[in-house]
Amino acid sequence: MNLEIILHAGIATGSVLLFAAIGEIFAERSGILNLGVEGMMLLGAMAGFGTSLATNNAWFGVSVAILAGGLLSLAHGLVTIQFQADQVVSGLSLTFLGTGLALVLGEGLTGETPPLLLDYNIPLLQSIPFLGPALFKEHGLLVYMGYIFTPLSWLFIHKTRPGMHLRAVGEKPAAADTVGVNVYGLRYLYTFVGGCFAGLAGAMISLSVSPGWYSTQTTSGQGWIAIALVIFAQWNPFRAALGGYLFGMLRRLILDLQGPRILLGFVNPLYINSNYSFFLIMIPYLLTIIALIFGSRAVARNKTGSPAALGIPYIRGERGQ
Amino acid sequence: MAMRLRIEQRVNVPKWLPPTTSIGSVVVAFLLGGVIFKIVGGKPLQALKFFFQAVFGNWAVFSDTMVKATPLIIIGVACAIAFKMRLWNIGAEGQFYAGAFGASMVVLVPLIPLDSPKVLIIVLMMVMGMIFGGIWGFIPGYLRAKYKVNEIITTLMLNYIIINWNNFWIFDQWSDRGFQMTATFDRVAWLPRLTDYAKEIKALSGVTLHLGVVFGLVAAIIVWWIFRYSRWGYEIKLIGDNPNAARYAGINISKNIILVMTFSGALAGLAGMSEISGVVHRLQESISPGYGFTGIIVAWLAKLNPFAIIPVSVLFAGLIVAGREIQPAGMSFLLQGIILFMLISSDVLLRYRIMIINTEEELA
Repeated sequence: MNLEIILHAGIATGSVLLFAAIGEIFAERSGILNLGVEGMMLLGAMAGFGTSLATNNAWFGVSVAILAGGLLSLAHGLVTIQFQADQVVSGLSLTFLGTGLALVLGEGLTGETPPLLLDYNIPLLQSIPFLGPALFKEHGLLVYMGYIFTPLSWLFIHKTRPGMHLRAVGEKPAAADTVGVNVYGLRYLYTFVGGCFAGLAGAMISLSVSPGWYSTQTTSGQGWIAIALVIFAQWNPFRAALGGYLFGMLRRLILDLQGPRILLGFVNPLYINSNYSFFLIMIPYLLTIIALIFGSRAVARNKTGSPAALGIPYIRGERGQ
Repeated sequence: MAMRLRIEQRVNVPKWLPPTTSIGSVVVAFLLGGVIFKIVGGKPLQALKFFFQAVFGNWAVFSDTMVKATPLIIIGVACAIAFKMRLWNIGAEGQFYAGAFGASMVVLVPLIPLDSPKVLIIVLMMVMGMIFGGIWGFIPGYLRAKYKVNEIITTLMLNYIIINWNNFWIFDQWSDRGFQMTATFDRVAWLPRLTDYAKEIKALSGVTLHLGVVFGLVAAIIVWWIFRYSRWGYEIKLIGDNPNAARYAGINISKNIILVMTFSGALAGLAGMSEISGVVHRLQESISPGYGFTGIIVAWLAKLNPFAIIPVSVLFAGLIVAGREIQPAGMSFLLQGIILFMLISSDVLLRYRIMIINTEEELA
């Protein structure tokens, strides 16, 4: 077990959660709760993998994955924004739809070997002691983009005019509407943006972080963890990124615990009986629940956390908006 | 002739409309699914024939469909009572596994000497299944009531946890000679099946329908009664429709959240018990092809009406049975997703009336 390796792997797998969670933050900030992240991620993972295989170009795969996630999210947009359907039920059906589409279209992809995304080193920065090799060496380009994307999205949401419109639409849509902000248009836009990032996150899994197509095992619930992360992060991109990285490190630590025969001076029970690893697999899911308890308590304490109009359809001219 | 669409809000919904939109959604979903199926290289008409053969072909396959419908009915009813309160229990899958584990304990620990009367063993298995499913529903209910933790995510995370918990017991403690399954239960722990009476009535030979289907019917009747006649059912509906009004009326919302989640989990746990005692006869890895998730769609398609859940479950059981024959395997999943989407989209027809108006007449 090596702390540097755990940090390195945590940054890579955590970036997947980072993109999915920040995408969902955009959607939820506009008032649209999209629970279909798992489905969009799975579709993205399949689309990226399949396209890379067909075109021999991993980046073309990533682009198609982004588009696939975005297009799928528009179904959620149509049903919740246009038809004012319940966002919870629509999000759930989006997960079914995305999963089904990915399984049907991804039939036969298991075991194929398309070109994957390459890893790069960042000159100079990689020679920083300890942090350099973990943060700036042998990572995919998307991981580095995550470093820039996180502060940029925070700046966009909090310090720019379009960001202000985004928050207005999610907090007080009627007020935003009266000053000429296009509530429906923006909600469609940010639902689409959220879907695009979920698709990207999916392609990151299948083309870079843990390459391959293993049907539903490809994402194995990470879309749901991303949604929990949004609540834990109280809709703040920085906290979402940090949470994502911590989660990634935890997943790596769990893998590493199964290796050594002697652990902290004791005989490792996992070395003797690998069946104990079933308990290790539970830990991320258990931790998600615990993180959610703390996150929810914080949200309950300062009521500023959750966007005020989250989950509520906007109907122009109706009272009580 | 100039035409124009006019959309106006409905004041009241005609009685025939909700079932019509449900059926319409299924039909449109099948058409859409057929088109996608054709695109990926399948033969939709042949698959449809498969489907009807699988559901209505003959007594043996119909019984097989009913066996698959049994857990769906129980889980559908379990989901309906939670959804009525707008409590999103999507952890029925995990509660099903928890119930299967609890029921298995009775036989595998064993909690009771296996030469006890059959009735005693079966009843104890039912109770243990409901207790374990109930605990798996109580946890998210308690967290939601006490800390306002989103129950959608906790119920989902608990699914992953219980499946790994069961795997540990299946692979390790209870493994049958290293196989990834427990030993077959003693026949005393099997729910009675129709085929068990084949000696007396020849026609029942091979008909695997078991007592679990009665659990489903009874559960539907009880929940229908709760909704229709009990004070509790009234509170559940009021909280679901208007939580503020419920609060002003002095209804204890926290208590009801915990109660409904536990009840819903206990029912899903009973479905798990019925499945391993009536069908699988041992604990193993794949005891559910996603019954817990399909149950969600079943409940929604039935508009949370406990009796409508029964025929809808048969339809989806047919999908599951046919899904084994139809390739690619994700097709039945996809179809379920499209059906649910069509259904919630069609709800707009319940709220708005869309009319085609002849504008010339309007002017005249």
